[in-house]
This record gives sequence, structure tokens and C-alpha cells, in this order.
Amino acid sequence: MISAEQHPIELSRRKLLKVLGSGLLVAAFVPEGLANLIDQRRGPQLPQVVSAWIHVGTDGKVTVLTGKVEVGQNARTSLTQAAAEELHISPESVRVIMGDTDLVPYDMGTFGSMTTPNMVPQIRRAAASAREALVDIASKKWGVDGKTLRVENGHVIGQKGSASFGELASGKAISAPIDAAVALTPATDWKVLGTSLPKIDAREFVTGKHVYSSDVRIPGMLHGKVLRAPSYGAKLKSIDTSKAKAMSGVHVVEEGEFIAVAAPTSHQAQQAIYAIKAEWTPAEQPSSKDIFKLLRGNEQTPAPQMPADVPQIGDTYTCAYIAHVPLEPRAAVAEWKGSKVTIQTGTQRPFGVRPEVATALGIPEADVRVLVPDTGSGYGGKHSGETAIEAARIAKAVGKAVSVVWTRQEEFSFAYFRPAGVDQIYSAVKKDGTLVTWECDNYNSGPPGIETPYDVESPRVQSHPSHSPLRQGSYRCLGATFNNFARETHMDRLAHEIGMDSLEFRLKNLQKMPRLQAVLKAAAERFGWATTKAPAGHGYGLACGTDKGGYIATFVEVAVDTDTKAIRVVRAVNTFECGAILNPDHLRNQIEGGVLMGLGGALFEAIEFENGRILNNRLSRYRVPRFSDVPKLETILLDRKDLPSAGAGEAPIMAIAPAIGNAVFAATNVRLKSMPLRLPT
Amino acid sequence: MKSSTELEINSVKHKVEADPSTSLLEVIRQELGLTGTKYGCGEGQCGACTVLLGGQPTRSCITTLGEAVGLPITTIEGLEKNGRLHPLQQAFLDKAALQCGYCVSGMIMSAAGLLASNPTPSEAQIVEHMSGNICRCGGYPRMVAAIKEAAEAMEGQK
Ligand code: FES
Ligand code: FES
Repeated sequence: MISAEQHPIELSRRKLLKVLGSGLLVAAFVPEGLANLIDQRRGPQLPQVVSAWIHVGTDGKVTVLTGKVEVGQNARTSLTQAAAEELHISPESVRVIMGDTDLVPYDMGTFGSMTTPNMVPQIRRAAASAREALVDIASKKWGVDGKTLRVENGHVIGQKGSASFGELASGKAISAPIDAAVALTPATDWKVLGTSLPKIDAREFVTGKHVYSSDVRIPGMLHGKVLRAPSYGAKLKSIDTSKAKAMSGVHVVEEGEFIAVAAPTSHQAQQAIYAIKAEWTPAEQPSSKDIFKLLRGNEQTPAPQMPADVPQIGDTYTCAYIAHVPLEPRAAVAEWKGSKVTIQTGTQRPFGVRPEVATALGIPEADVRVLVPDTGSGYGGKHSGETAIEAARIAKAVGKAVSVVWTRQEEFSFAYFRPAGVDQIYSAVKKDGTLVTWECDNYNSGPPGIETPYDVESPRVQSHPSHSPLRQGSYRCLGATFNNFARETHMDRLAHEIGMDSLEFRLKNLQKMPRLQAVLKAAAERFGWATTKAPAGHGYGLACGTDKGGYIATFVEVAVDTDTKAIRVVRAVNTFECGAILNPDHLRNQIEGGVLMGLGGALFEAIEFENGRILNNRLSRYRVPRFSDVPKLETILLDRKDLPSAGAGEAPIMAIAPAIGNAVFAATNVRLKSMPLRLPT
Repeated sequence: MKSSTELEINSVKHKVEADPSTSLLEVIRQELGLTGTKYGCGEGQCGACTVLLGGQPTRSCITTLGEAVGLPITTIEGLEKNGRLHPLQQAFLDKAALQCGYCVSGMIMSAAGLLASNPTPSEAQIVEHMSGNICRCGGYPRMVAAIKEAAEAMEGQK
């Protein structure tokens, strides 16, 4: 959120572009010289001029512009650090405008752990180029060689004096190009990056003042709700909205199969939906009990030719559909002014939602502005613009601003899921631990993470698309979590098969992966893998994995209840390495969060469906990790200042499930091959 | 049917015109504009909507306006006093016990209820009391640490 109080500005020098929600929410001030750049910045070409990314105000405050959004991963903080580092200013002088399609350069979206490896360097280059440009202005002003000047604390300083950034920029856009080769501060010299700068605006969150999309209030705004089909694919047969229409304050929108209401409160809107009589013709839909057969279809990969003198092991692994369950469900507020609509919504892809809305409403993209208030999480689940479209449609029909906030049941039923999948692995291993054959066929859940990091000559891996009966999409770490589960479970099995310690077996086969070896060794030592034994009824297990430049090793101790067969994780040691660390505490937070989220997919989470309905579309039926599920958690960071920084939002989730499964095997001798892991009772 | 009721929230009395079967959560957020209290599930399962009702941590999503009448209500907005954060708010900041922050209001209100009845909870008691609150970002270990820190700070103030 940007509020006028935080960044007092002189209106004479800057232009007030838009104030929404009577100052309650977003007052975005566009620095002079910036507004005229907006149009150049539409489209996927990254602008290579400093002013598209960085603006220096007359007060010396620096504004960073980025299409990335804040969903709890603390990108706002790391981007602040990036700009402050290269401009040699304090982070308090930096503010970041994120995810406003009218103001910031085009961005594909906040996913794939791309902020750290791509946007942080981009902002660093832009900030460093801005710094050089300011030095250049000073050198011209004073008629001295720029090399004799130094930059300190928001000032350019030379023998002839000192000038602040604000004076030097004098409110103008910095039109210098971004120099791809500009000198960036090496990680070993970082002063702001590499430190645990606290979350920007954290106080707003602990006081309840932060305005999420679902909190946006605009005078006269109505609450919208959409009539949902009772099952997927059902067709509307008949409809009677007369009772809803007769309710005071209620508007009914009927556009073909899109039936919606708007009312002054969500309670009234819900009453109006209940008052609508609709008949539906259901469509034939598959059920979760048949899902793996269905996904695999008739495709059966024949067992490969394998050497006869080594043990050959094939196995099939499966993974259920799971839901993201962002605690803030999808939400959007749309407000029309003439032919233009402004939408505040929690999405990971503001520049993806903009064309979605334009297409759905049949208007030019230029007439849609999408803004993303810092959002109640996403985990890959908020790539799409359902509520943005619904709010825009209803708002247009009723002529008022409209807020659409999905209920938890809607979020479970009409968002998309992490894909279910099947992995078929064939392998052969020699007694000395040499992998001879490795084949993996994946069905439906996709290729991420299917390449094996282990040494084996000509592995064969293939991903086969299927027809998914449920809507599926992105999720933290995508299909890599499941492909890694299958592989790491299988590796554990191979180690047992040849009687080799499973850590030793991995290390032996990771000759080309020193970074993975390093996290394994560090975690093993902290855990006491070689030196301690699990107590009776408990088991130890380990797994590792790499994705998007991050390396994780997870060692766990589990306890299995002899009667209920419930699996409890007692302790988990995680070692993570992702190059030079930008913010150690926020990195830890991401690792802890990823591991704990992974616990859900490992132990409890599975979407059940039948006849086109989600059977467990509420939190009382869909179990997510809670306080009582948290193991003793130990997190070790390996800081590699010599390597480029990679993101950490995803890879930490990928090793917990197989580590637990392997520990359950150690405790019970039962090999679990499906996520979620459940012991037969 | 709408009727007129009086609610006392954060020591301020408000007149509310609403159907008494409306959830307290919707009244607090939409009629009174106190949006710090969040919706997460609407069925008492996540704790995002927790407020203190007559001093007790209460899920406002499954409490009706009618049920709330006559009892003082405290929401997250009522904890800060004269610009000074409540020790729980401060401890959540100190321990960086938040990522997206969406669960935090409910977490702090639940914890405030706990500390009111048990000023020196053990770790096990914290975990048990808080297990009705979901943090999907997985901030649990930090939150336990924050609640401990706040308990100590509040004991120290006595
Ligand atoms: S919203 Fe009330 S408990 Fe979830
Ligand atoms: S911080 Fe995101 S749900 Fe708790």
C-alpha cells in the first residue's frame, strides 16, 4: 500500500494519477516525467531506460517500479534492499510500487522463483545505472571528472562539494539507459543486501491496517456473488430470479449462463443467491477413485531391456490433486470510470489478468488497469483472474464499484489444483551402488524435476500429458515435488536393495552435483545420521532435491502410532543453499514455510471428487498443517557468496515428503508410494 | 429483517442496522469498516476471524450479530494503545512471525485470549490453544516463539 502520509510529496511537482477508495486504499502518485513513459512500457520488451524502473524524487526518496507482486515471500523487502545497495542509500529512502499495470514495466508474473535471479539483478542494474547517471550530472555541473567523485548516503561528493540525489535529479526522469555491464557491488561487500532487513510495512500487518484486495472499500461499493452450477459441466435448464429481484437493495445480473447478484453487504448478496431458483442438467464426470487409471490411460510403457546380471526394480508412484488454500481467497474490486475499469485484485499475474479481463469484457487492454495490493498469499494458486472478471462484469452491469470475494468453498471448487500424477520408474543398480539404468515416465503432473541429478549413463525420462478431469495449474514447485518424491523414494528403495546406507548411495551418485552433496552432508551432520539410532517405533529418513537453482536436503525422524498408524514427524533438519543469500531471516522463513506446507501434501492433503463435485471443499474436510503438526524444525543455511542468488520460494518444499516416506519405511518396513502418505490400518 | 442494535467495539459504541442473523464478521468488516478481522473459511476452522467477545477468543464468522449483543468486543484494531503496540504485536514483529500476514490478526487475537486466561503458558499449552488457527504460510514455529516472548514481556510489566 502506498499512502500519501508515508511519502509526503509536493503536488506541484508530481501528478496525482488516481486516488481510489477516498484515500482508504491506493493513492498512487506518478512522479513527473514518469507518466509519459507509461505507454512505452506496455508489452513484453523489458524497457532499458532507468526511469522505467527507478525514479529519484526531489526529496531524495527513490521509487522502484516492478511488475512483481508481494504475496508473503517478501519480494518487496528484497527489491528494496537491491535498490538501496546499489544506490548507497538507506532502505528507508526506498519505496517499491508493485504490480500496477498502469505504472510498472510489463512482467510475466510472480512465479517460478524468478524475482531473485531476474528482478533483483534488474533492479540492481537500474539502481547502479541511476547512481552513475547522478554522478554524471554532478561531474558536468562541477566540471570535474566523474572518477574523482564518490557516492555516499544519498549524496554525490567531490572536492567542490556535495549534492543530494534529490538536487541532482531535480524531479526529472533519469533517461539514461541501463548499462548491462555497470559495476554491481560484489556480495562480499554488501551492506544492505545480505542482511536481515525486516519485512517492509510489517507494522501494517500486525495492526490489521494493511488493506488486502478483500478489504478494499469504495464509497457506494456493492458486494457481488455469482450463482454456481452444482457440479462441473452442468448446464442451466431454467432460472427464476424474481424473488431475488424483489429483495431490497439487490441487483440481479443475467447474461446468458452468468447469473450474479450485487447487494450492499455480502450477507444480503448471499441471501439473494439462495433466493434464486435454478435447474441444472448435470454432465457425466469422473471420480477420484478412478483417477490414476484415467490419467495413465491406455499408455503402458514397456519395461526396458536391462542387463541380466543386476537387480532390476520397477515401481509406480502416485500423487493426488491438492489445493493451494491461500488463506485470503480470491478477491477483486472493480470500479468503472467511463470506458475504463480499475481492478484491485490479489493475483500473481497482473499483466496476465489485464488481457483476461479485456477479452472477457470485450474492451481494449489499455482500458483495464490492474493493481495488486500485497496479497494474502498465492503459492502458485493465483495466476488467474476469475474474481477480476466477475467483479468487472457485475460492476459494469450495476453501474457501481463491486467487490467479489470468493468463499472458501468457491476457492476449493472453482480455482485450480496442483495436478495429480503417476510416475513409472524402471531402474537397475549394481551391488557397488552404480546406477545402470534409470527410466521415468510421468503422466499428467508434468516434467518439472523429472531429470535425475544422479549419475547414470543415458537416463530416459518422459512426461506424458493426460486429460485431467479437474482444472489444474501451477503450484509452489509444480510437478517437481512429486517427481522428486518418486525418485527419492525409489533411490531409498535401491539403497536398501543392495544393502548400502542411503546417504552413502546418494553421495556416491552425485559426483557432478557438489552443491547437492554439500547440503546432504551438512544436514546429515546436524541430524546425527551416522551417529544416532531412531528409538523403537520411530524411523529416520532423508531426501534431497534441486529445483530452480536451490538445493535442499531434509532429514526427518518420524513416529508411527502402533494402533492408529498415524504418522507424526518429530524432527526435521533442513539444509538449503541458493547462492549468495539476500536476506537470511526471510530465507529461513521461506524454508520453514515451504517445509511445513510440504508436510500437508506429504501427510494429509488430497482432493476427493465424485460426479463433478469436490467432496471436501471446506477446511473441516480438507486438512492442512496446524500448530500441532509442527516438528522440531532446524534450518541450516549455506551461504555461497561466490554464486549468483537463486529463489527460495519453491525448492524447500520438495524433499519433505520422500524423507518422511523413507523414515516410515525405516520404522515399519512398509514402503509408501503415494502422496499423501498413509499407512494401511 | 434489519433491526437496530448497539455494539461496543474497542470501547466505542456503534449503532448497527442489520439482520441479527448476519455474522459478526460481516458486521465488523462491512458495516463498521474494521477490516483487520479476516475471513478465511466461514466455518470456524481457520481462526482468521478471531475477536475477543466478552474477553473470550471467538470465531466471529460463526457468531451472529444477535449473539454478540451486550458483550464488549475487541478486534485487532483495538490492541494498539496511544501508538504503542500490544506486546503480542511487538513480538510478532520481533520474531518476524508473518509472511503474507493474512492470518496474523486472528493469531494475535487468539493468543491475546490465551494470555488473558493463562499469562504463563507452556509451549504445549500454546500449541494446543493455537491449533484452531491456520497459517498457510507455515509461520507456526515463529508464532510460538512470539507468543512466549509476549507472555514474558507482559509478566515483566506487571
Ligand atoms: S473465517 Fe472464521 S474461523 Fe475461518
Ligand atoms: S502469514 Fe500467510 S497465512 Fe499466515
